[in-house]
Amino acid sequence: MSDLVTPVLAATIRTATPLALAALGELLVERAGMINIGVEGAVLAGAFGALAGATAGGVAGGYAGAMAGGLLVGALFAFCVVVLRADQIITGMALTLLSVGATGTLYRALYGSGGAALGVPTSGPLPVPGLSSLPVIGTPLFSQPAITYFTYLLAPALAWWLGHTHAGLALRAVGERPEAAEVAGVAVARVRTAAVLVGGLLGGLAGGTLVLAQAGTFVEGMSAGRGFIALAIVVLGRWRPLGVALGALVFGAASALQFAFQAMGWNAPYQLFLAAPYLLTLAAMAGAMGRARAPAALGRAL
Amino acid sequence: MRRELGATLRSILFVGAVIALILAAITFLLLLGGFDVGRALGALWLGSVGSWYALTSATLVRAIPLMLTGCAIAVAFRAGVFNIGAEGQLLAGGAAAAAVALAIPNAGWLALALALITGALAGGGWATIAAVLRERFGVLEVISTIMLNFVALYAVSYLVRGPLQEPTHAYPQSSSIADAVHLARIPGAGRLHLGIVIALVVTIAAGWILRRTAGGFRLMAVGESPSAAASAGLIDVRRVTASAFVVSGALAGLAGAVEVLGVTYALYEDISPGYGYTAIAVALLAGLDPWRVILTALLFGALEAGAGAMQRDAGVPSTLVAVIEALLILAVVAAQALRVRRGRGFTGSGDAFPATAT
Repeated sequence: MSDLVTPVLAATIRTATPLALAALGELLVERAGMINIGVEGAVLAGAFGALAGATAGGVAGGYAGAMAGGLLVGALFAFCVVVLRADQIITGMALTLLSVGATGTLYRALYGSGGAALGVPTSGPLPVPGLSSLPVIGTPLFSQPAITYFTYLLAPALAWWLGHTHAGLALRAVGERPEAAEVAGVAVARVRTAAVLVGGLLGGLAGGTLVLAQAGTFVEGMSAGRGFIALAIVVLGRWRPLGVALGALVFGAASALQFAFQAMGWNAPYQLFLAAPYLLTLAAMAGAMGRARAPAALGRAL
Repeated sequence: MRRELGATLRSILFVGAVIALILAAITFLLLLGGFDVGRALGALWLGSVGSWYALTSATLVRAIPLMLTGCAIAVAFRAGVFNIGAEGQLLAGGAAAAAVALAIPNAGWLALALALITGALAGGGWATIAAVLRERFGVLEVISTIMLNFVALYAVSYLVRGPLQEPTHAYPQSSSIADAVHLARIPGAGRLHLGIVIALVVTIAAGWILRRTAGGFRLMAVGESPSAAASAGLIDVRRVTASAFVVSGALAGLAGAVEVLGVTYALYEDISPGYGYTAIAVALLAGLDPWRVILTALLFGALEAGAGAMQRDAGVPSTLVAVIEALLILAVVAAQALRVRRGRGFTGSGDAFPATAT
């Protein structure tokens, strides 16, 4: 049994890590009352930033590049949406498209098209002493790259921050009743800008994880819809950090099980597994699993 | 009549200005990247409109799905429905059309008509899911349609490896559709097929309905201000938005059917290189006006055809086009946002068109 559980669990955690990072970032954005569809673009920009950074400065440079890439997309979104007050949905779509075009163009221009994949240094697993030798769950949970542990800590930290700090309260107020928050002395535009920047940064880190902790290379379009999955995870997690972490695990498990069943030669349509989390998200949005309430000001311009 | 003429003239001037801007942006990016500008622009020209073959077989063939999906987006956005799901609706339409065409290969034009209609219905049906979720449960259609795009992609992936896979089971695609059920090619025009006629007729009709009928008026009234439309009475806002959503899906579904019956002649996963997403740029640039969508779809068709040639002949990454498209969208939404702040009109009205609003 354990020789089956362990690899599936490991694959689940591996797939869930970047999804959770991007979704936690998007959670902040949505709790501040915005939807950033450009998170897909942030993940991709992060992945490209990781490549550029890692070729220059190793793994650390890679993560710096990844954050810079994501931050750039976040900053563009903030400029269009908060400063110019452009439509959020259209801006997000455009930024994703821009990221696809810009990373593709830069990659082909700088590294040549269709050539051999470029290898970059990666961060290997970092076993946690003691915990990593637990039976069954030890290796998959506690023999992971450092970024995974960061994600473990980030979800509860964000939950605490949102629920128990003034800044967290201000963010939620901006997402629920921006006018009231403004009257109460919250700098709404500044809060929204900060949320979008951090959201972009985490999206970038998600892309960096793909390159630096998993693939060890960059491929055009390698975000492969993970940013869009992050949007689903935020809904599935009912706009709460711990729920989001769980939602990321659901999507991770669906992908891991799909491979496991294919490997076992079980010939049920594997696409069903891949589609299942999306269907689950649609059901969750329709209230099939209790009321999931979105922030009241979600998507509304100021 | 004179007003119409003036509007047409302005549209043409606008497209001219956009083309100039695009060429300037491409030139700038080419210089930035250190490419041979003359050679690249030459390739762009030859690959898009510089020869009869390029114009018909590349530009116009690509413009067909962009026209239909662009029209789909325009109808939805006009009603205040953010349908990001044209891609999934297109796939649903393509799959349904392929299934019908493969099931009755000997029924000739009847099968063709049936496949086209089924494709449109399937696209409308796919959009209905999101429309119901929106009207019944208040689910944001932006998120639900993105989810449904993924589900559609996985469904097609399953179909071409399962029920619809070709008999040898070697490739993830359906059998080829019988010649008799193809949308015929137009003689002397390369790969251009009758889909161009369908796209033009449908788009012109959609524009006419929006401008000239009570239904079109209701749709635009709801898009401008749902609360005002509701309080004015006589307009059932939820019914209007739901109908616009379904019609939008049907148009995208028709695009998928036309693509399968006129270009790919089989169902596989990559029947669309993201037409449903490019359509958003096409529709926005057209100021959400179906008639102008014809022009912008041609423009984007040419741009994408030319980009392929630039990659082949001048080594310029074809992804450059995505950058141009994205910058165009951002320019349009930013210009609109600035206009709204100056208190002039909103996205719904045709006059929200930045360059023609003087």
